[in-house]
Amino acid sequence: MTDKNGFFDLSRSALTRRTALKVLAAGAGLAVAPGFVRYSQAQSSAPIKIGFQSHRTGIGAAYGRWYEKTTAAAVKAINDAGGINGRPVEVIIEDDGTDPGRGAEVVGKFASQHKTDIVYGTLFSHVVIGSAPAAGEAKMPYFVVSEGHHVASTKLNRYVFQPGITDVKSQIQSMAPWIAANAGKKVTQIFPDFAFGYDHRDYLPPALKAQGAEVIAQIAIPPTESSFTKYFPQIPAETEVIYHVMVGPAVLTFVKELGEFYGSNRPQLFGFIDSLEATDINSPGLEFLDGSHFWEGSPRYAQPDDSPAQKAYRAAVGIDDNGASVGDPKDVSTAAHMFGCWETLYVVKKAMEDAGYKGPEDRAKLVEATEALTEFAEGPEHPQGPKTFNGKIHQCFGIQNISKVEGGRLNVVHKTKIEDGLYEPEGDYTTQAL
Amino acid sequence: MKDASPAKPYALHLGVIALLFALSFVLPEYHHGLLARIMVLAVFAMGYNLLFGYVGLLSLGHAMFFSAGLYGAGLAVIHLGWSVSAAFAAGLACGALLALVIALLALRTSGVAFMIVTMMFAQVFYLVILYLAAWTGGDQGMVVPQSMRVLVLGSTSLDLTNPTVRYMSALALFSIVLLISLAIVRSGYGRVLVAIRENEERTKMLGYDTFSNKLAAVIVSGTICAGSGAAYALLFGYVGSSFASVQYSILPLLWVLLGGAATTLGPLIGTLFMYYVIDVASGYTSAYLLIVGIALILLVLFFPKGILGSIRQRWLGWLP
Repeated sequence: MTDKNGFFDLSRSALTRRTALKVLAAGAGLAVAPGFVRYSQAQSSAPIKIGFQSHRTGIGAAYGRWYEKTTAAAVKAINDAGGINGRPVEVIIEDDGTDPGRGAEVVGKFASQHKTDIVYGTLFSHVVIGSAPAAGEAKMPYFVVSEGHHVASTKLNRYVFQPGITDVKSQIQSMAPWIAANAGKKVTQIFPDFAFGYDHRDYLPPALKAQGAEVIAQIAIPPTESSFTKYFPQIPAETEVIYHVMVGPAVLTFVKELGEFYGSNRPQLFGFIDSLEATDINSPGLEFLDGSHFWEGSPRYAQPDDSPAQKAYRAAVGIDDNGASVGDPKDVSTAAHMFGCWETLYVVKKAMEDAGYKGPEDRAKLVEATEALTEFAEGPEHPQGPKTFNGKIHQCFGIQNISKVEGGRLNVVHKTKIEDGLYEPEGDYTTQAL
Repeated sequence: MKDASPAKPYALHLGVIALLFALSFVLPEYHHGLLARIMVLAVFAMGYNLLFGYVGLLSLGHAMFFSAGLYGAGLAVIHLGWSVSAAFAAGLACGALLALVIALLALRTSGVAFMIVTMMFAQVFYLVILYLAAWTGGDQGMVVPQSMRVLVLGSTSLDLTNPTVRYMSALALFSIVLLISLAIVRSGYGRVLVAIRENEERTKMLGYDTFSNKLAAVIVSGTICAGSGAAYALLFGYVGSSFASVQYSILPLLWVLLGGAATTLGPLIGTLFMYYVIDVASGYTSAYLLIVGIALILLVLFFPKGILGSIRQRWLGWLP
């Protein structure tokens, strides 16, 4: 339109009727041509496509379902408020079967078939680690909600981020001061004999030592075990706190047998709620947990001091005061983790806006914009609490909750500070080429 | 196997390789990547087929050979900083050695006992991987660094993370193993293996040392599967214990049954078929494994010898 000699120059004085008709006809032709419509949409209002790598089947299915619900709620909120850079957000879901091999294929499918702008939402560590090479090779920003330490360990690649949930190393470190001060100084750990347990095995002892407490025994239980009674005699008699992180279906048996072993005279119990996500705390066999304490990322039960943002988030996702699905009290959520989906999507929104993100050609800019983020204030976008973000290790740091089981619910008795979970970075992703 | 003329089978196999080569230039990006993965896993199925299809030994533990290659190559790169070619050789060696040891023990049994013994050994292998988590990464697995996945051939270096290089590498491995399989099954040794499958006692009476022949078959089969695992680690950059789980022992059995046991091209057809059924069905429902199950039942009902096996039986008797 700037070419004064061009066909479309309507400012020319000698505009004949024939020319005007030609212009109108050409314009109408272009407007109805499908290619033109697509082109114009791509530049303005075509959706931002987010590939959601979901655990719909396999061991992660309970988490996957709630991650999908939270994602849908967050996307609705973002779209209702105008989308990202004025464009609506569209989520495309592919099931990875909670399998690392399939996970990598799904990332490839997002990159080359769905042509999504980013990939997001993975929880299980082995799927994240299995998929990360595919994301790095496709130069596809990959925002995970996994809580594993693998992102912050800087062993993955520059395209992998975890900005919406803290990592397990930070969580464990944050728990140590409270355990040492309130539960006891002599701690026995019981953990599953695989990677999730090893994080606890490796990070808790130094964290407790720094607080003047100590781990006096570590009992690793093989993943194939279905009965635990034979391990309990290994718990030293002087144990003041049992720190347990058993996961999977065996946890109910574990708690029941621990109860039978100790009766009413037991040491303090401290656990990670990961074992009981999506499980009713009032399930038969869990009575023994009454009075014990749990780590929670975000509280399952509504708390008296919940912020308006937390209340709005719970209403948007559709969980009641007990952390179960509104309308189905038996459908217990994975509240301690799934907030990470909500917060991650808002981080993606912020980074895309900072980068002026227009399409896949701007993915490198999106990576740099995400790395430049430093703080997320508590509010509707970050209802779990304030966070800091370390762009060098692609990991956020936040507050943690310690809750007590009493009266058949979990009541938050302590909130940690962000500083409690900080540690020295183990590397720097920003030195890697984009 | 009815026709002794080598021309037809070799022409067919070379044609399949040429077709896969040509597909590299026309396939859309996603299917290009998927086919590279399928070719690597089809090698796993071919290794399995050699033992199951031709010798009639049903193993439920081949995931250990695949993961011996996977970890042998992957850990050599991660911990020892070995080059891609050295790591691949390490993967093959691990598979061959493991196959030798397992064969010496497991071949003392046959039939159902062989299935159980191989499954138990594979389970031990899986648990050892978890136990040695400090080196293997346990259940989470480990990433083979992108920067180290470069194949140096003389003065040229090939980046295995490049989709075309990866596809061609997968095709090269697939082609070599396919032609080796074809050569084996057409050789006198291959006939002895089939004879063992059909009637081991009779083969013994004819003067063949069936134990040595079976031992060699397990080692070749295990080494081929390890080659697939090593290629998987180096081409796709991840080593993880899920590849050593029982699921990955059953998958090659299904691929081979689907494509046609004791057919050289059956493993490729079966792997391809199953991959695409899962890929397409998972786009419509989370119950995609149900669809896979129904597809398997229908195949068993109507094509009990698998896709290529049935084609051979009905129309193309010369298929190897």
